[in-house]
Amino acid sequence: MDSIQKALLAQVAGLHGVPEGAYNIRSDGELAGRNTTANIDIVSKKDKPGIDIFIKPGTKNESMHIPVIIEKSGLKDLVYNDFHIGEDCDVTIVAGCGISNCGSQDSQHDGIHSFFVGKNAKVKYIEKHYAEGDGTGGRIMNPTTIISLEEGAQMEMDTTQIKGVDSTKRITEAKLAPGSTLIVAEKLMTHGTQTSETEFTVDLDGDDSSANIVSRGVARDQSRQVLYLRMNGNAKCYGHSECDSIVMDSGYVQAIPEITANSVEASLVHEAAIGKIAGEQLTKLMTLGLTEKEAEEEIVAGFLK
Amino acid sequence: MLELRDITYAAQEEDGAEKEILRGVSLKVDERFVAITGPNGGGKSTLARIIAGIIAPTSGQVLLDGEDITALGVTERARKGISFAFQQPVRFKGITVYDLLRYAAGKKISVGQACDYLARVGMCARDYVNREVNASLSGGELKRIEIATILARGTKLSIFDEPEAGIDLWSFSNLIAVFEKLYEEINGSIMIITHQERILEIADRIIVIANGAISEDGPREEMLPKLISGGQCAKLSAV
Repeated sequence: MDSIQKALLAQVAGLHGVPEGAYNIRSDGELAGRNTTANIDIVSKKDKPGIDIFIKPGTKNESMHIPVIIEKSGLKDLVYNDFHIGEDCDVTIVAGCGISNCGSQDSQHDGIHSFFVGKNAKVKYIEKHYAEGDGTGGRIMNPTTIISLEEGAQMEMDTTQIKGVDSTKRITEAKLAPGSTLIVAEKLMTHGTQTSETEFTVDLDGDDSSANIVSRGVARDQSRQVLYLRMNGNAKCYGHSECDSIVMDSGYVQAIPEITANSVEASLVHEAAIGKIAGEQLTKLMTLGLTEKEAEEEIVAGFLK
Repeated sequence: MLELRDITYAAQEEDGAEKEILRGVSLKVDERFVAITGPNGGGKSTLARIIAGIIAPTSGQVLLDGEDITALGVTERARKGISFAFQQPVRFKGITVYDLLRYAAGKKISVGQACDYLARVGMCARDYVNREVNASLSGGELKRIEIATILARGTKLSIFDEPEAGIDLWSFSNLIAVFEKLYEEINGSIMIITHQERILEIADRIIVIANGAISEDGPREEMLPKLISGGQCAKLSAV
């Protein structure tokens, strides 16, 4: 692996070498490294690009890494990764995609991740997207996450687009069985002329299921962000969605919430706040000795932390 | 240390008319603890904000240690040694108490040092150091964190704009103890905008601002009896 690829891996998956435990590293559309463990098996799909990950029931305190890195300009990479997580597991999955495009053609990664989370299993899913490169070609990422939570299952998803991605369409769909819980924290920063479209659709199908979806975004320069947050309460459930955005320069943010109660027992809440950095926040930090620019950077960094 | 020369400030109202908030305020501050009091709307907070550089005076000069700092902005004044505690502490999403204390100290500090600052304002530090400075904190907690940032700065002039505003009786009692301790420890001057007798009792000097001008100014021993007899300061029970 060259130094650019190593740097990308560090950015998107925090990897500074070969990770412990199971991993599957995809580089420029090809398998670059794989390791399985006694409890986590990874099998290449036969009918389409991608992998199946099988995590044995009862697997606890194990983690796996599945980063994708693209350095080849003009590459359009599509993968289907399916995670089959057994009952009573407690695992952490670190994904992420990094693109370095120094060429004139668009580089694109479309990752379609499906999670089948067994009864009472707990999953923490961390996903980071990052791009760089001084080429004129676009850096495009379109992650799709499809989540199916069985009874009592819990999934916590931290999804972050750090910077550099010119265009992204981020889709997350989830179906929750009784007693299951989904927590999503999305952090998104766009700058330049980048565009981002995020769509969350959550079906709270089971009694006592709950979801908390929080999306925080910062749109700088002339960038545009559009967020759809759909939540359907189909049972005795609790759902909360929140869109919190900072617009800077000539940035544009549109948040479109949709909460639907199909059961009288459903309780759904949506909150949204879009605006520039509050002047009093800047002033406060400036009274502590920060310049306006430093204050702005700290507020944005804290907001997306 | 601090000198104000003929400060005036006029604010523009919605109808475009100008309203005079401060009229020819001149004073010198060298004492350790100066309290500024007076009726609401008299111009006290405006004056404090002018000293901190948050707003610019319409005319007049602000001098710190003999240097004219009138043209300097908030950051430059902060770096020259002026701290300002807001009447309504500002909330942030994602910025922690530790972050604020680190900014205030102007350098990387250990968690232990951050905890020391919080302990000095009567807070159980471990419960707070990693909390976000957001709406989950009460008014009293935010006030004490605000004061802790001033301690972390350790500047020559610390300005507090109505630290008692919006806090409960229990927090107020703690606040008094904090200021009493601060008085003993501080290596510079404290300027407090206040209506509270308990705070005025600690001051070396009391200045009354009413209708945009200094109406009275003198040592505490002389001023406090006058203010109490005139019913110009709030008793603790009114907090």
